[in-house]
Order: sequence, then structure tokens, then C-alpha cells
Amino acid sequence: MDAHGSFASAGTGKDADVIPINVGRHAATPEPEPSDLERRIASGLAFLRRRLTGEYEVDEFGFDPEFNSTLVLPIARALYEHWFRVEVHGLKNLPADGGALIVANHSGTLPLDGLMLQVGVHDNAGRDLRLLGADLIYQVPMLGHLSRKSGHTLACQADAARLLDKGELVGVFPEGFKGVGKPFHDRYKLQRFGRGGFVGTALRAQTPVIPCAIVGAEEIYPKIADLRPLARLFGFPYFPITPTFPLFGLFGLIPLPSKWVIQFGEPVPMGDYDAAAADDPITLFNLTDHVREIIQQMLYDTLLKRGPAFF
Amino acid sequence: MGRTISARDDSGAESGRNASGSTAHVVLVTGVSRFLGARVATALEADPRIERVIGVDTVPPGTPLGRTEFVRVDIRTPSIAKVIASADVDTVVHLNLVTAPAGPRPKMKELNVIGTMQLLAACQRSPDMRKLVVRSSAAVYGASPRDHAVFSEMDEPVEAPSSGYAKDAVEIEGYVRGLKRRRSDLKVSVLRFASFLGPGVDSPLTRYFRMPVVPTVLGFDPRLQFVHEDDGIEVLRRMIVEDHPGTYNVAGDGVLLLSQALRRAGRPSVPMPAATLSALGDAGRRLPSMSAFSPELLRWLTYGRVVDTARLVKELAWRPKYGSEAAFGEFVQAQGLSRRIPVELFDRLTGGLGNSG
Repeated sequence: MDAHGSFASAGTGKDADVIPINVGRHAATPEPEPSDLERRIASGLAFLRRRLTGEYEVDEFGFDPEFNSTLVLPIARALYEHWFRVEVHGLKNLPADGGALIVANHSGTLPLDGLMLQVGVHDNAGRDLRLLGADLIYQVPMLGHLSRKSGHTLACQADAARLLDKGELVGVFPEGFKGVGKPFHDRYKLQRFGRGGFVGTALRAQTPVIPCAIVGAEEIYPKIADLRPLARLFGFPYFPITPTFPLFGLFGLIPLPSKWVIQFGEPVPMGDYDAAAADDPITLFNLTDHVREIIQQMLYDTLLKRGPAFF
Repeated sequence: MGRTISARDDSGAESGRNASGSTAHVVLVTGVSRFLGARVATALEADPRIERVIGVDTVPPGTPLGRTEFVRVDIRTPSIAKVIASADVDTVVHLNLVTAPAGPRPKMKELNVIGTMQLLAACQRSPDMRKLVVRSSAAVYGASPRDHAVFSEMDEPVEAPSSGYAKDAVEIEGYVRGLKRRRSDLKVSVLRFASFLGPGVDSPLTRYFRMPVVPTVLGFDPRLQFVHEDDGIEVLRRMIVEDHPGTYNVAGDGVLLLSQALRRAGRPSVPMPAATLSALGDAGRRLPSMSAFSPELLRWLTYGRVVDTARLVKELAWRPKYGSEAAFGEFVQAQGLSRRIPVELFDRLTGGLGNSG
């Protein structure tokens, strides 16, 4: 919090040498009531100016809220609204404030489900979702810092605990690459939930786990085969063959326009257990299975509700 | 300049210092001819409770020291033990961590590691020793994409630093732990500083920011933290005059991204592939006129590093006066780096529209 104070003072100090020019200009032109377009241009320019001068804030994870809401989310939102036509259900299960851990299924060959979940949470609940991503993301140029700037961090106990302690809404895909890269014929079958680390983190932080089913992502890039040697060559976890990729080259990267439904389930409270339960493997396994079963059931129900995949 | 210790030794011996509480009485500061050492010595001189401040280094100090007694001694040699024994030093402040690759690497390693070993050996022998304050670096956490976002003092990095002063700092901390085991009566404070910045600092980092066009690593935007020199010195002073044993991260509040820092400073930058940048760094080491950056600095500029200072803030009940942004701002201002041309041009082009919101 202190950082904000010092930030503000540094900002005004810098402004000091430029303000006079603008003050002069404003005084010279009597201001008419600005139209909507003008206001949007002005706010767009103000955004550009802040980017140019570096007068914005990032948190210790590298989250840049302004960058996220002005650049990342609008692009994702276009996909969200017009391409995937995402419907969100069970919003009442998302807390308005305080820490919570959203646990969702992972699918789609490319992790667009994370991006759509982020838009869904942001636009419907007004909260920034902090996802936990694979370490591969942070080794790839561009991807790593874009991911950090949009609020995500490395999937590890320390970061998850820190975010939950700060009262953030954290999202995790415990299936990891096993889920996102599973073949099309295994669609909507939950894979193993990692080692159940997420339950331990939620228990220690005493925050609820919110199960979440994402339906629709399975059909965006149906993975019908996997070129292992190429994957090894590039260091990818898999090299997918889809009906359109690599057949149509880069055009094959356009996701199929499936219909999406995101369903949030009732929070699984962790308050019934004490923090010591986090060190009891049996409790962890049972809770992990419990959450997994809830999400699997939600997946089947939501899949039925959605109907046909593309219309 | 090199006043001898023995001349004043007799007068100071009889003050019964062991009887009174925790305050340091005779403080020995290593690396006193360098910026940090000189500043700390000056801060200690102002404290009347401290009887004597003894500064040691291999070269005479560039700026005159006040009542600090300068002793020209190489801490890599056993003569440091004689200085500590003959002056009844009770507090040793070890600031002689060389972070700038000024000479060949073996020399730097010898200064850092062998110097520390000799110094600690002398400390272990001395019956008057009560306290040891060691300047370490947050570089001990390394920098890698597989590490978690924020390091606290208990954390071990996934990849330990494998080169340069970062590796030295890890080894130094190892030797300090060894001493702590053998002399459990000593109060040992280890301070892991983030990168120092401020008007007076000259380091590979400040030289990096002063380059006419600042090269950055293509596709990476590291999270950086800085500590202002005044805050660093205040932390060291508090550690010396008060008892705060333990290991602490020291950094200004808040985080700056490299891109953000460069924009604030109005510095032009050019992204380059990591390999090109590392070749440039190698070339810089060979040509003294060029700014050299070491592999550690390059890793830091690729992956960044953030430390958690909660333990320090709690222990001292104090917050750094300058956040990371403010420390950087002070540095930029003092160096006269800030160029506002892009912003002024932008305002001119847009008629100041962007500045109103």
C-alpha cells in the first residue's frame, strides 16, 4: 500500500514539467460539452500517455490491471461474445470479495479456456481472476510476461498461497497438460488432478474451493493425433494434429466456433477442516476426489444442457 | 591516512564496554573505501554511543572519513585478525561484497570468498566479538522462470546461482552460517539487498541504465526491485546499533517492470535476442570503454526477481522511505537521465487531450 503513495508522488513530480503546456491550451479553448466519441478519444489518449510515461502500477506478481482491462480483455471479449457465445451460470457461487480458489477442467489443446474464464469472471463478477499457469509459459518469450501482466503466475504452492492470503480470486486447472492436451475422443473426461496440491493450499489458506465446469473448449481444436517426435524437437508437451492444423497452416489456428457454457458450482467449504488437515494425505486425497467428482458431474449436466456443440 | 591501531588502543581498552547492554562500541567496517562502506561509517560516526569506528580496505578512501580510523589491510590476509584482536572489536560489519566485475573473475571471487573466510576466522577467535552484520544480496535467490513470484527468506531457489557475485554471496552466507554454528553467542544479521539505486550509487546496473540506448531482452519484461541508498544505510545502521539477528530481505516497496522503468526515465531502448545481448556483455568486459554486463545481470534482466520484505518491516517496525519506483526516480533525477521529449511530442501532437484524463 505504501508503494501507492510513493508512486503517486513520483507521478506528480514528473507531471510537473509538462502540465504548463496543457494548462495553457485548456485555458485558450473554452470547453464545449464533450461528445461520447471525444470522451473516448480523450480516454484512449490518456491511456496511451500513461503507457508512454510508465505511470501505471504493477503488483509483485507483475499484474498490470490497466494493460489487462484495456488491451487483453477486449480482445478476449470479442472471442467470448461473438465467437464462442459464452454463457455463464452459477454466478452466485462466486464471492464478491475475499480469497477463493476456482478449480476448473482444462481442455482445448490451446488454453483458451483460461482466457474465457478470466473474461467471464471479470465481466460478471467484477473481479480479476489470477490463474496459475504451467512453468512452460514463463520460459517462452512474450508469453511469460503477457501472462504476468494479465494477472497470472506460476502454478506453485507459494504463489497460490500468497494470492489467496491477499484475498484474490485464484483459478487453477489441476489436470494441467494432461487435460488441455487430451485426445478428442477423451473429451469431457476429467484426467488425474495432479497431486492434489490445490486442496492443501486452500486448506492452509482456509478459503473455499469453487468447482467450475467449462463446456465448449473441447471442440475448438479437436486433437485427433499427436506428433511426438515434433513435440520433443520443440520441447512442447504435445504437437497436435487437428482437422485444420497443420493442414491449413496458420488458418488452422483459428478455433472452431463451438458454443461454450461456464458453470460455477457451490463452494466446497474448507472451514470444516483445520489447517493441520493440509498435512494429512488421506484427507487431501479424499477432498481432491470429492472436488473432482463434483466437476465431472457438473460437466455431464452442463453438456446436456448445452445441446449441440456448434449451434 | 592509515593511522595505526595500537596508538589509541590503550585508552579505549578500559571503558568497561562489556558491562553495558547491546550497543556496539568498537565497530569494524570492511570495504570502507567503497561507497556503501564510507556511507555506513559516516552514519556510525554520528552515533555518540559508538566509541570507535575502524574502517578497513585495501585502498585508501576517496572521500575523507571523519572520526573513522582507516586501517589499510587486506581482509584476505591473517593481519585482519590482528586488527580485530588489538582493537577489541565487538561488532564487525562486512560490506566488502564486490558485485561489479571490475577485474578478472578469479580475483573477484578471491576478494569475496577468501576475504570473508579470513574475516570470519578472525571473528571466531576474538573473545570480544558480539555481533556480525553481513551485506549479502538478493541475487542469492537467482533468477529463473521456474521460481515462484516472491521470495521470502526461507525459500530456496529452483536453480541456485551458478556464476559471479551471486554465487559468491551464496558461499559467503554458507560460511556465515558455519560461524553462527560455532559461535552461538554471536548475533549475526545477514542482509539480502535488492539492487541499490540512488544519487550516489555507481554499479553495473547504473551504468546499464545510463547507456545511450538501453538494450533489453527480446520477449521478456522482468519485475525489478530497488533499494534506495539511504534506506540501505539506515537498515545497516539499525542492525549495528540494535540487535536484530537473522536473515532479512531488504528492498523498496513495490515493483517496477523494466519496460515501465525505462519509460519513466524516458530512455530509448532496443529489444535484442538474449544471445546477442550476452555477446555484447562479453565484448563489454573486454573493452573497458563499453558497459559490461555480467551473466547474472543478464539473467536478472530476463527473469527479474522480487523479494518479500515483510520480515524486515516487522522486525524493525519501519518501512523503507523510498519504494522501488521512488528509488528509481531519485536515481533518474540525480543522473539527469530523464528526457521528456517523447511525452512532450505526444502532448503537442494530441493537443494535450491525453493529459486531461
